[in-house]
Amino acid sequence: MAKPIAVYNDVHKSFGEVEVLKGIDLEIAPAEKVALIGPSGSGKTTIIRMLMTLEQPTSGTIVVDGQYLWHMEKNGELVPANEKHLRQVRGDIGMVFQHFNLFPHMSILENCMVAPINVKGVPKKEARQRSVEMLEKVGLGDKLDDYPSQLSGGQKQRVAMARALVMRPKIMLFDEVTSALDPELVGEVLEVIRDIAREGEMAMVLVTHEMDFARDIADRVVFLDEGRIAEQGTPEQVLENSESERLNSFLSRFRS
Amino acid sequence: MTWNWNYVVESLPAIFQGMWITLGLTIACYLFAMLFGFVWTFVRRIPWRPLQMIIAFIMEFIRSTPPLVQLFFLYYAWPMVPYVGLTLDPITVAIIGLGVHFSTYIAEIYRSGIESIDKGQWEAATALNLSLKDKWTKIILPQAIPPTIPMLGNYLIIMFKEVPLTSTIGVAGMLHMANNFGSKNFAYLEPLTLVAVFFLVMSYPTAVLFRKLEQRMNRRFDKNNPTGKIDKGVVT
Amino acid sequence: MQGINITVTVLIASAVLSYLIAFIAGFGRLSNNIFIRKFTGFYVEVFRGTSLIVQLFWFYYALPGLFDIHLATDFWAAVIAIAMNYGAYMSEIVRGSILSVAKGQREAATALNMSRFQRMRLVILPQAVRMMLPEFGNYLIQMLKATSLVSLVGLTDILYHGDVFRSTHLSLAPTVYILILIFYFILALPLIWLTRWAEKQSSKGVASE
Ligand SMILES: Nc1ncnc2c1ncn2[C@@H]1O[C@H](COP(=O)(O)OP(=O)(O)O)[C@@H](O)[C@H]1O
Ligand SMILES: [Mg+2]
Repeated sequence: MAKPIAVYNDVHKSFGEVEVLKGIDLEIAPAEKVALIGPSGSGKTTIIRMLMTLEQPTSGTIVVDGQYLWHMEKNGELVPANEKHLRQVRGDIGMVFQHFNLFPHMSILENCMVAPINVKGVPKKEARQRSVEMLEKVGLGDKLDDYPSQLSGGQKQRVAMARALVMRPKIMLFDEVTSALDPELVGEVLEVIRDIAREGEMAMVLVTHEMDFARDIADRVVFLDEGRIAEQGTPEQVLENSESERLNSFLSRFRS
Repeated sequence: MTWNWNYVVESLPAIFQGMWITLGLTIACYLFAMLFGFVWTFVRRIPWRPLQMIIAFIMEFIRSTPPLVQLFFLYYAWPMVPYVGLTLDPITVAIIGLGVHFSTYIAEIYRSGIESIDKGQWEAATALNLSLKDKWTKIILPQAIPPTIPMLGNYLIIMFKEVPLTSTIGVAGMLHMANNFGSKNFAYLEPLTLVAVFFLVMSYPTAVLFRKLEQRMNRRFDKNNPTGKIDKGVVT
Repeated sequence: MQGINITVTVLIASAVLSYLIAFIAGFGRLSNNIFIRKFTGFYVEVFRGTSLIVQLFWFYYALPGLFDIHLATDFWAAVIAIAMNYGAYMSEIVRGSILSVAKGQREAATALNMSRFQRMRLVILPQAVRMMLPEFGNYLIQMLKATSLVSLVGLTDILYHGDVFRSTHLSLAPTVYILILIFYFILALPLIWLTRWAEKQSSKGVASE
């Protein structure tokens, strides 16, 4: 296996007294597509939020592309990362949220342009071109000057993906990106993710309850249960041929 | 009834002269309050409990004690304070005194604006790796400030009506001029009425303007009431 | 410290009077009678549109010149000025609260076949008053601060005594004013707590929507 793009090393996370992640070890290879499944409250969101630096691990380390994420090395010792370090490592990571979190005061084109211009110093013209391309790719080339409030949920989520993609991250995180959508809009969003996945180069971690979709695009499925990784393997191994009772009873809820 | 139109005309120039001071001072105090409001708002966000509690206490103290006494303190007492004491002219005292007093209210408005922003906005800004400065200037403040504009505007009018307090420390605004003029002639009715009319003529249209603005804002931000109509009706 | 009693008496008298005015003017603006509505509207805009200190001076210096009215004493001139001013502001609270409750509850109350008066007394007012309380509390703190103005028209309140003392003991000025500020703050504290309590109450018993 190639050098992993992200590594979790015995990561624990507690909120107050409650330990919600009880030792996570996970490696993600470059361009690997990982589907993260598990019951609600098992800690899926927390796992990817820690990689996005939105939540700090209580203990353990996370390494992104060879660099510690939440720590930095100083005179051979690991010390907590400062904002400067976080900003540097965070550049490799992008995220799409369950509730889109578009910036309502900006047109969708501006939503896509704000980060490349201000974070990466991309010239305005180029940022614009890249954003337009990306918005066309997600099927919104005709809505550039619309504001988020004028869009449907599915369209909003596609903008959110374009916005993250323009930054060309090495890993993209998707947190139940279809679960806030009306059922008839789920398809268009999954279709776009499928397209992105096919292109290849980028690693993806998808928290999802769409099992067919997971089987379709994932290289590996990880089943999380009560803060631990309970099972992992290829989609066939995990979704069809597992012996685990917990996993099968979880999966049975998605079979109609 | 002793209303005297000639006397009204005589008193006009003095009051006009004072009006410019009153208006200029209103703007100056207001700008100071807006700026100082930012200071409170950001100092309060420093995540250190003791500091937050001290700041909250100081703000509450300033807010719930009379601005008149605060002006007197700055004007009469500050010069006597050991080491840091400084004699200030009345205009400076007015700007600092009223400015700081109202900055505590303005800071509350800023805070409500900032807290009304969904935490997802902060998270999206982090996920895009925006710097702290860009998060504030490009994402948070542009959303937080517009809905507070009508409330901030109200404080401009409130400030305008508080500025005559400074006549007590000798700032020659409208009220001061009217009082002087009145005491010279032992007749206060006309000049004081004139001052009242001036205040009304200037603050009422401004207030109406901000009320309109507020209705339009409500329309933009209230999904339950898309027409933004304020119910003016009679209770039946 | 002298003058405490004046400050407190002025506060209580203005508060009682201003709440009374607020209800009268608030109902006046909701009246079916257009003259009452216009007249109270005019009163409210005039007193909100001019400054309290200007009104105070006007009642004290100018009013006696007109009509030859003397508001009995300095005390009443001051109390009436403060009460008329804050009464005008608070009438807006009264009006707004009644309107917002009435909008949602009118149909339910009509369905119960209540008369207009019953509706107001049994359904609307109890909820509306609860909505008004926190704002009333806030204005009470404002009124406390406003009482400091009465020293300017010769009432011997705490600030007046402080000023007199300061003019003879210049170097003690900082102590004097800090003590006065602390005094006002101590008076304000129960009002602040009362207001917070009212805020909690009001969020409980009002039908939303
Ligand atoms: N900010 C937080 N504060 C306290 N508890 C939290 C917080 N975020 C998540 N939790 C708790 O951590 C557990 C895991 O949450 P989460 O990672 O969101 O699970 P999932 O995404 O798998 O549903 C849940 O029990 C949740 O209540
Ligand atoms: Mg989740």
